[in-house]
Amino acid sequence: MMNGRLRDRDLSGLPYWLSMERTVRAFRIGFLGLAAAAAFGFGAWAAEISGAGATFPYPIYAKWAEAYAAKTGVKMNYQSIGSGGGIAQIRAKTVDFGASDMPLKPEDLQKDGLTQFPPVVGGEVMVVNLPGVQAGQMTLDGPTIADIYLGKIAKWNDPAIAKLNPGLKLPDTAIAVVHRSDGSGTTFIFTDYLSKVSPEWKDKVSEGTSVQWPVGIGGKGNEGVSALTSRTVGGIGYVEYAYALQNKLVHTKLVNHDGATLEPGIKVFQAAAANADWKNAPGFYLILTNQPGKETWPITGATFILMHKKQEKPDRAKEVLKFFDWAYRNGAQMAEALDYVPMPPNAVAIFEDSWKQIVGPDGKPVWDGHSS
Amino acid sequence: MAAETVVIRHEATRGGRAGAVGDVLFRSLTFLFALFVLLILGGVLVALADGALPALRTFGFSFLIDEVWNPVTEKFGALAPIYGTLVTSAIAMLVGIPVAFGVAVFITEICPIWLKRPLATMIELLAAIPSIIYGIWGLFVFAPFVQQYIQPAIINTFGQIPGIGALFAGPPLGIGVLTAGFILAIMVLPFISSIMRDVFETVPAMLKESAYGLGATRTEVVWQVVLPYTRIGVVGGIMLGLGRALGETMAVTFVIGNAHRITTSILQPGTTISASLANEFTEAVGDLYLSSLIALGLILFVITFIVLAFAKLMLLRLQKQAGG
Repeated sequence: MMNGRLRDRDLSGLPYWLSMERTVRAFRIGFLGLAAAAAFGFGAWAAEISGAGATFPYPIYAKWAEAYAAKTGVKMNYQSIGSGGGIAQIRAKTVDFGASDMPLKPEDLQKDGLTQFPPVVGGEVMVVNLPGVQAGQMTLDGPTIADIYLGKIAKWNDPAIAKLNPGLKLPDTAIAVVHRSDGSGTTFIFTDYLSKVSPEWKDKVSEGTSVQWPVGIGGKGNEGVSALTSRTVGGIGYVEYAYALQNKLVHTKLVNHDGATLEPGIKVFQAAAANADWKNAPGFYLILTNQPGKETWPITGATFILMHKKQEKPDRAKEVLKFFDWAYRNGAQMAEALDYVPMPPNAVAIFEDSWKQIVGPDGKPVWDGHSS
Repeated sequence: MAAETVVIRHEATRGGRAGAVGDVLFRSLTFLFALFVLLILGGVLVALADGALPALRTFGFSFLIDEVWNPVTEKFGALAPIYGTLVTSAIAMLVGIPVAFGVAVFITEICPIWLKRPLATMIELLAAIPSIIYGIWGLFVFAPFVQQYIQPAIINTFGQIPGIGALFAGPPLGIGVLTAGFILAIMVLPFISSIMRDVFETVPAMLKESAYGLGATRTEVVWQVVLPYTRIGVVGGIMLGLGRALGETMAVTFVIGNAHRITTSILQPGTTISASLANEFTEAVGDLYLSSLIALGLILFVITFIVLAFAKLMLLRLQKQAGG
């Protein structure tokens, strides 16, 4: 080899490692390697599906992907880059599916030729930081939360809060409102709820993945909100229930649509999902906040998967649908272990029926039931 | 000076043909690298301007002077982040420069020799800490401390003074513009102080000793000999620190409170250009939203450019003064 190198020295006087010939050879080897990898790795490539989007369902998607890969050998690569990024990537067709906590409106789905379906439902809770107040001791209702986030209620001993909490000693502390500073599906669900319970909020702020907050401080991500809330005396924030639970944050009870005071938990989230009328919601555009029902948690929301209706690669689309079919049927326990609410079977039947819209280049549906 | 040049030239020719070829190669290679930097800079500018165009076209000049930042109605103005960027950097400079100056003077003029090296190394280590660590430390350690001790004290003293009291009003939240300024001050401190130290070391001992010989005190030597001799380097160090403060992202995002508002009180939350970008870029849905964020980036680019140009002008003037 050493001799070969010496002989390979060309006449320009450049050493071997700079010579043209070496570069060419390196390229040749590189190409050969790539070709070989492509040839041998073809099976593996076909059996890998990719998705990107919302951060809220990332833990359960990752869990499902792990279990699914162990069983079938099909890998799922999910990048939790945020709902906005998920929508952008599925539009650009760089991924097999996108994920968003905010459902796309039916007309937007139409415009981009997309379809959507929800794999899981999650609940959000209000967390507070007041000395002496423990988890589940305080009760809040929608209009009060809206007034706090509008800046109209600025002290914890405000009569509106005192009326809901006759047994609690409320201090004369300023309320430190905490919200998400990054755009987020969590914010969308929360602001959608406030818009439904407070006309003033709807009028002044409205709903969205990020809004113009009248008051408060912003934390990045669930972890930012929980850190700011737990470090600031008098703080109040909104986070996903699973997050509050794992980080032992002080959550409050909430008064729901029917006037019942509820403690958060899988059961009351599930009630919100069960009452949802998916069948008559075009494009499954349904936001589960402030739903009726005695046992229904008010701030609940589904997270969504986005796919193109016309598939250029029907094989991959089929793999994606197979994955979610498997998750609907076998993933419920894993979801509940992570405090997500799995979809009830009757809803799953409706979602899987909608998969008929996803067709290959030949116009045939890529999904032919879970027989295959 | 001239004699030296001649000697060097002579030696260069002695290298012969091979040396000349190498020289040409070396020259073109370095030129290529320099060109590469210019190309990248130009590319960034063009990409930013192109991306910002839709926002600038929609909002026009009012983008610069509007405080509204409403993603729901897609109305955007850059005033709040611009204000936050400038104010946090100003606080950082106000706190950072005197401390850095003190550190540099102590190390070069007063410090016992055995302490000199450990102290200098410690200060430089501050610069090696990643900014996210400053952010986490700021949020979990520094902000609660500020909320419990510093802010109540400020509110009860400065906050009660009529007039400037508005600057220090409001409930103590811990995080906010002032805290971000403090964190930035700590972050720019090592940059400014090590440059100051380096230039202070260049003052000829003879000059200082003559001043001492004439009966000058240490303070007089520092103010009237060391500082005039090194002011160009000192200004350069300050500008380097300022450049870092203007663009710092992660640490500020953690502690500034990320609120698109302008409040008179520096104890209240605000936002900076880079913090807004870090927060909102990933989830910016809608072309106008994205374009407005890119326009923010362009504005930061321009602000940094103005600061550097201003520094250069100041240096030129100082040099002229020194020469004439």
